[in-house]
Amino acid sequence: MNAALDPVVGPATRPRRSGAREVLRQLMRRPRAAFGMVIIAAMFLAALFAPWLMPADPFEQSFDGLDLMGGPLPPGGVYVLGTDLLGRDLASRLILGTRTSLIIGVLANGIAVLLGAGVGITAGYFGGWTATILMRFTDLMMAFPALLLAIVLAAIFQPSLLIVALVIAMVNWVQMSRVIYTETRSLTEREFIQVQRSIGSGPIRILFRHLLPHLLPSIIVFGTLGISTTVLLEATLSYLGVGVQPPMPSWGNIIFENQTYFSTAPWLVFFPGLLIVLLALAFNLVGDALRDILDPTLQGRH
Amino acid sequence: MTQAGDIGSGGRRPVLTVHDLSVQVATDAGAKTVLDGLSFDLMPGETLALAGESGSGKSMTALAIMGLLPKPMARISGGSIRLGETDLTALGDSGYRRIRSARVAMIFQEPMTSLNPLMTVQRQITEVLLEHGACSRREAPARALRLLRNVRLTEPERRLSQYPHELSGGMRQRVMIAMALACDPEVLIADEPTTALDVTVQAEILDLIRTLQAEHGTAVLMITHDMGVVAEMADRVIVLRQGRQEEGAPVRELFARPRTDYTRTLLAAVPRLGTAPDRPVPSQAKKIVEVDDLSVRFNIASGLLNRTVARVHAVEGVSFHIREGETLALVGESGCGKSTIGKALLGLVPWEGSIRIDGVQTRGRSRPAMRPVLRDIQMVFQDPGASLDARMNVGDQVVEPMRVHGLASGSELVDRAEWLFRRVGLSPDMLSRYPHEFSGGQRQRVCIARALSLSPKVIIADESVSALDVSVQAQVLELLQELQEQDGLSYLFISHDMAVIEQVADRVVVMRLGQVMEDGPRDAVLRRPQHPYTKRLLAAVPVPDPTRQRSAIPDFAGVEMDSPVFPVGAAPFRVDLQDLGQGHRVARAETPRP
Repeated sequence: MNAALDPVVGPATRPRRSGAREVLRQLMRRPRAAFGMVIIAAMFLAALFAPWLMPADPFEQSFDGLDLMGGPLPPGGVYVLGTDLLGRDLASRLILGTRTSLIIGVLANGIAVLLGAGVGITAGYFGGWTATILMRFTDLMMAFPALLLAIVLAAIFQPSLLIVALVIAMVNWVQMSRVIYTETRSLTEREFIQVQRSIGSGPIRILFRHLLPHLLPSIIVFGTLGISTTVLLEATLSYLGVGVQPPMPSWGNIIFENQTYFSTAPWLVFFPGLLIVLLALAFNLVGDALRDILDPTLQGRH
Repeated sequence: MTQAGDIGSGGRRPVLTVHDLSVQVATDAGAKTVLDGLSFDLMPGETLALAGESGSGKSMTALAIMGLLPKPMARISGGSIRLGETDLTALGDSGYRRIRSARVAMIFQEPMTSLNPLMTVQRQITEVLLEHGACSRREAPARALRLLRNVRLTEPERRLSQYPHELSGGMRQRVMIAMALACDPEVLIADEPTTALDVTVQAEILDLIRTLQAEHGTAVLMITHDMGVVAEMADRVIVLRQGRQEEGAPVRELFARPRTDYTRTLLAAVPRLGTAPDRPVPSQAKKIVEVDDLSVRFNIASGLLNRTVARVHAVEGVSFHIREGETLALVGESGCGKSTIGKALLGLVPWEGSIRIDGVQTRGRSRPAMRPVLRDIQMVFQDPGASLDARMNVGDQVVEPMRVHGLASGSELVDRAEWLFRRVGLSPDMLSRYPHEFSGGQRQRVCIARALSLSPKVIIADESVSALDVSVQAQVLELLQELQEQDGLSYLFISHDMAVIEQVADRVVVMRLGQVMEDGPRDAVLRRPQHPYTKRLLAAVPVPDPTRQRSAIPDFAGVEMDSPVFPVGAAPFRVDLQDLGQGHRVARAETPRP
């Protein structure tokens, strides 16, 4: 046979990535992902070291923080980012709010992703009655007004950061599970999964070793998109009085407390808004890069 | 290199002239030339075949002529395409719209995806007619009906109001041809028009294209990988390889005296029915697979309560056995249940009857209980690209069965992977690569290595070489044969391709609609076929020799009965096999109606 038609021996293989360290190295090599990583790291540090970073007491309602008319102070001067309606230092409140927003953003979204992906994969892989029950339940959750559900849940339990995170997760997992369900269904029909069955692989191996890697791109995209909606949902809940309780600040409730003064004191909405955008952007950038890095067909290009 | 355009043009003016055409595709590594300086003339009424293996640029040529190159990735980087007096390369989108269908039409490989699933046949055809102002809105339905008659579609009146999913593959391709010919184009480009179809349907469609071409004087540009189709259809051939013209000649000359090595290799690799070497007489070795009265039925549920309204009788009362070191071929057209039998053997579909693998009864086994059986029987699937996990390196995949069955761990797995790779002719340095870095043939080798990793006694090869180029196909078949000789493996070889089956099989089982029509030793079934269906299958195989005419395809009673779907309670008539001696059995001639 003519070997030239189907070269059997190729050039020597190149070294392969392995492990989290290699993924991190690749992330830092991509400028946009590195930018995202830096922002995320900065926010985590700010949340961790908030007590030492805050220039003033975030809860102190000081007369010095108000102008002669009793209005908030604009950025500049003693208060770097200005003050809010009660004369509290905005910079300090934002730094402390990083804790709340990050915990909510990462925790609530994390739970939502795990729950949504878990339900979607289980229903998609096993099909039959399992799928019927799980997906009808998902439909039910979808039909229920999310905000109403959140208010009811939050009213039943004492509002605390953890409860708020759980409530948000309960509302947000549904879309994820729908997407993952459909995708799992079509993956399960694919030949390489059939092959696994013909080898005799059990469900655990098929789910974790073969389905999950293919679902990861969707999970990452949905997970990172979920960060911003989560932070905003927390703000809505705070606004309705069932979220993070005042005077504890979060980026979301700072916006909502001050939104009516947008025209006179725009900085009160602008700065927390900017932080939410930055957080969402950072996660999206890292998520996009992660998706490419984990795809072996895209190795060596970007 | 000779210009194919110089040959066989008898002073008439060509309808289509392609001159020095080059196409580039943007890749990450920069522009890549996928078509390099192709030139040819297409005369009125002539059929020119562009033949080549995957990646030869044959489909790119068709897309370039149709102005359908995927933008912005691919572009024409040089040369010209002239249709009569019109320079197609200079046309914009709106200019092209007036040309397509009206002057150049194209039929594609997969008729299902080329038809709009939400439009009736009538609307799809009239849309083409009206778009080009071929007739008035009032005349359109009558014109559509006439077109369907032209393409010899049965019951054309009823077809008009049907949707694509209600038609069979062959009917859909006829509709596609009707649409392509709706405006009487000068040039018809047929891109692998029969590759997705069964052989008997392929033969009919090729006949149809030839007849219509004679009636209308259309010039046909036939794009195909199948040298049998080339021999049957073409007046002239251009062999393409990696975007370059390898050779161009009138068809008889090309087959009789190929000038380049590549063409010679390509022609040599084509399996020809009736040329396979003799195989030793079937042995009396131990029966390793015994299948008795196997039936597989799928329920079709519908309605509010998901009640079963009908059953697909995919496999109905099939019995056969495979001996040690023997290859049994299951042959039949799509939907005959041959793949379902493979799945039943592995316990992937629910079934009834009896299956013994190496003496072990597998009826009623749950998936975990099937596991020990699977060590003896493994499968190699049709599409090596789809049957490998794109996100796992091939080394891990090759030894995964051993991991699953707990047969080895750690460095032993690495040793084993290297050994398996060498056995299938791949270099062990490639173990850490991912499937996309391999060619189609190499991927199938990986799949074979994976199937071998448990040292099974039987391998089911389900259309395992159908998706490969002929030259690669020959190599993979050779590998399978080698492995059989070394290990005494048994194969269940499932295929639709009679010529391939002749190369590998010891015994052949011919199936239709879930039942066995004929079975027996290879030579008995393929050289002295008794059942009309077997004769029909054999007659439909395109002969890769332009000097030989394919004989007409015989019809047989019951040929129009083509669905294994029955309402609950009803069952297909079970055919009765008659023994002709020496293990040759055939279904009794008269196929009764249900």
